Amino acid sequence: MADRFSAGDRVRTIRADPPHHTRLPRYARGATGTVVERQGRHPLPDRRARCLPAEPEPVYAVAFAARELFGEGDHTVTVDLWESYLRPAEREPGR
Amino acid sequence: MSGDHGGPSAPLAARVRHLEGLLEQRGLVDPQELDRALEAFLARSSPANGAALVARAWVDEGFRARLLADANAALPELALSMGGGLQEQRLRVVENTEDSHNVIVCTLCSCYPIALLGPSPTWYKSEAYRSRVVRDPRGVLREFGFEPGPAVQIHVWDASAESRYMVLPRRPAGTGDLDEQALAARVTRNGLIGVAPV
Repeated sequence: MADRFSAGDRVRTIRADPPHHTRLPRYARGATGTVVERQGRHPLPDRRARCLPAEPEPVYAVAFAARELFGEGDHTVTVDLWESYLRPAEREPGR
Repeated sequence: MSGDHGGPSAPLAARVRHLEGLLEQRGLVDPQELDRALEAFLARSSPANGAALVARAWVDEGFRARLLADANAALPELALSMGGGLQEQRLRVVENTEDSHNVIVCTLCSCYPIALLGPSPTWYKSEAYRSRVVRDPRGVLREFGFEPGPAVQIHVWDASAESRYMVLPRRPAGTGDLDEQALAARVTRNGLIGVAPV
């Protein structure tokens, strides 16, 4: 299956709060950012940690503005995220 | 955020020991094989490796470009690799410039390029560093005695998945006459993590 996103795409992270292991950090949930690069394919840790079958899927570096994550700050935070954590986001006006 | 990694995790360590015992008992691993593998890996792992990469990048523009484009492919030029574990880990080198500065963290645990930087410092694994550096990197850098100018954009990289990160610091001023070895000696572990300039 082709990778869903590529560098420059705007993406929004899901707002899940799963009762199991996940590699989507809490501070980066429900946030909109920009794909920096693709990093290869790896099984989703959420499934692997529960011994469920997990096919390798794309992992992306996604850059967020600090203001988007924390409501303040002028730095960026880039987080490595599995494709399952990401949805396409519309380009926001003025950004 | 997961718990503090400052101390050993006794239940996990006990499980690992139990598993090791079973593997040895059933003849699946040589009792000394794990120790040998671990010792060999740690003997090769040192911040001197990261420093050597940085010094080469400072004196060799072509190497710098290759290191930034595909670090795993460039490492063998210095007889280094990101292997040693179950699989070769992807390395991403991020470059500091006049107007941007990079800092590395793993907020979920303590992912770190051990092969190039050796075992991570205790503070890197502390909940304080992991939770604060993403939110207030300038505040954390200030505590390390480092204050990038207000025009410098700070980029924090949260290496909580499958890639490992290393910072390529800026070459210090006034080092034009130093050779590669002398330059490598100037590179610090904190500089490779991004909590200090070099």
